[in-house]
Amino acid sequence: MLHLILFLFFGAICVAGAVNLLVQSHPINSALSLIVVMASLAAEYLLLGAEFVAAVQVIVYAGAIMVLFLITIMLLNAGKEERTQGSRVATLIGVPGLTIGAVLVAWTLVGRLSTTRSVSIGALWGAPKDIARLLFRDFLLPFEVTSVLILIAIMGAVVLASRPEAIARRQYSGPRPQETRELVATGKDH
Amino acid sequence: MVPLSYYLVLSGILFVCGVLGFLIKRNIITIFMSIELMLNGVNLSFVAFAAQWHALSGQVFVFFVMVVAAAEAAVGLAIIIAVYRTRETLNVDQVNLLKL
Repeated sequence: MLHLILFLFFGAICVAGAVNLLVQSHPINSALSLIVVMASLAAEYLLLGAEFVAAVQVIVYAGAIMVLFLITIMLLNAGKEERTQGSRVATLIGVPGLTIGAVLVAWTLVGRLSTTRSVSIGALWGAPKDIARLLFRDFLLPFEVTSVLILIAIMGAVVLASRPEAIARRQYSGPRPQETRELVATGKDH
Repeated sequence: MVPLSYYLVLSGILFVCGVLGFLIKRNIITIFMSIELMLNGVNLSFVAFAAQWHALSGQVFVFFVMVVAAAEAAVGLAIIIAVYRTRETLNVDQVNLLKL
């Protein structure tokens, strides 16, 4: 019973965050509500007994990936988004179609109620030890391939986001570090 | 005890929210966040099935999905920064040419 209440509580937070992501027009509000979604999903994983996945969800998703998003939003100074003709057409066609599809899928799923084996919060079966054994024995090759993938992604991000020749060409017109120090020393405001 | 289908319905709702955001949002960063939302919905159904069948490989797959999502976010956001540098806009309707 407690399990069900906790599931409904965190599920409600999750759905509220997802809907809020859609409603907000400012990207930074959307990003913050996505963090709420991810944190409550971590709680759902804990309810399913997947403590390792829950921890990784908080660390990688709510931590690393969302920090990337927030930094990009702040870096690009993203403002309110404006509605255009394209988004109105997508709303008119997409929303009813998706609603029909979602209701169909939900109806099918709820029609075949099967119960998950109960996992109490204390008795976790997905211990990090078991997952590590699986990851470093059965899935060793995919694991190593993902490390190569991450390496390539890092290099790609650095190459895409930096344009050294453009930075070197740009004329710098502000005060030099030496001048700034003098300005600060004399107490003058520039 | 929570039925498996409840978890699947929750993951379906999250996925649908992601698709909706992908369709109706015009800011390229928000569209990218909708993709992350879809990935999260799929992850939830992975973990729910893993709990149902007591198969740990489902959780390992969630781990791999997260790794790929992290790589995708890094490269995608770098591409967004590059697009913003050349076009000075984040609206996808105005990004309609491959080459300026």
